[in-house]
Amino acid sequence: MYEQIAFYLFSVLTIGLFLVTVLSKNLLYSMTALAAGMVMISGFFFLLGADFLGVVQLIVYVGAVMALYAFAMMFFDATRDVKEKNPNGAWIFLLGGMVALMMVLIFSAPIFSENIQAIYPSIAGATNPQSVGLVLFTKYLVPFEVAAVMLLVAMISGIILAGKKMDQSLTTEDDVLNTEIITEEDDK
Amino acid sequence: MIGLNHYLILSGLLFTIGLVGVVRRKNLLMLFFATEVILNSANIAFAAASHYYGDLAGQMFAFFIIAVAASEVAVGLGLLIVLYKKHGSLDLDDLASMKG
Repeated sequence: MYEQIAFYLFSVLTIGLFLVTVLSKNLLYSMTALAAGMVMISGFFFLLGADFLGVVQLIVYVGAVMALYAFAMMFFDATRDVKEKNPNGAWIFLLGGMVALMMVLIFSAPIFSENIQAIYPSIAGATNPQSVGLVLFTKYLVPFEVAAVMLLVAMISGIILAGKKMDQSLTTEDDVLNTEIITEEDDK
Repeated sequence: MIGLNHYLILSGLLFTIGLVGVVRRKNLLMLFFATEVILNSANIAFAAASHYYGDLAGQMFAFFIIAVAASEVAVGLGLLIVLYKKHGSLDLDDLASMKG
């Protein structure tokens, strides 16, 4: 009973928040709704007994990724509404609707699946983080290390891409103008 | 009783929302947000399958998806900052600078 209530509450909240994320005109509203939706999704993970995944979702997504977005938003003008010219057309809605229907069908295809066997069944008597650790560091050790290297590469590339010419102002051209004026005055 | 079907349909709905965002939005940062929505819907599907089949592989894949999403955000935001320095906007239409 409580599971049903929690499931429907979380689903309504998640769908609503993600709709706000996708349809909002303001970057800041969109980001906030996305962060709240991530929290709700971690609720699903706790509901499914995947405690460790829920905690990782909270820490990595809500903590790290959203903080990264918030930092990046300092570079862009977040207070102004996003202006987009969308070619209005029945074609887009038709094609989008068809693709959406197809996606829902594909995603719900495992409803009709049978004879699915668990390759790595949950270990009896172990809590979720324990069994996750056991499987992750035996069967999935190589992908884990590859993911670690991938994160390192991503960190270095992020630093290099964002850190270049950090001393120059992005949003205003005043600094360039000021230096030009100063040099002109010096010439006089 | 909540079964696997409920979770799969929810995941499909969330995926569709993300897809609408990817197709419809023109702002690059909004595209990133929509991508996050899509990745999260896949995560829900994996976790639900993992729970209802008693198999931990789904949770492992969800972990790797989270790792991929984190690195994607790091690299993508770096690229967005470079793009903003160059063009002064994040609109996809401004990127079409090579008129054929």
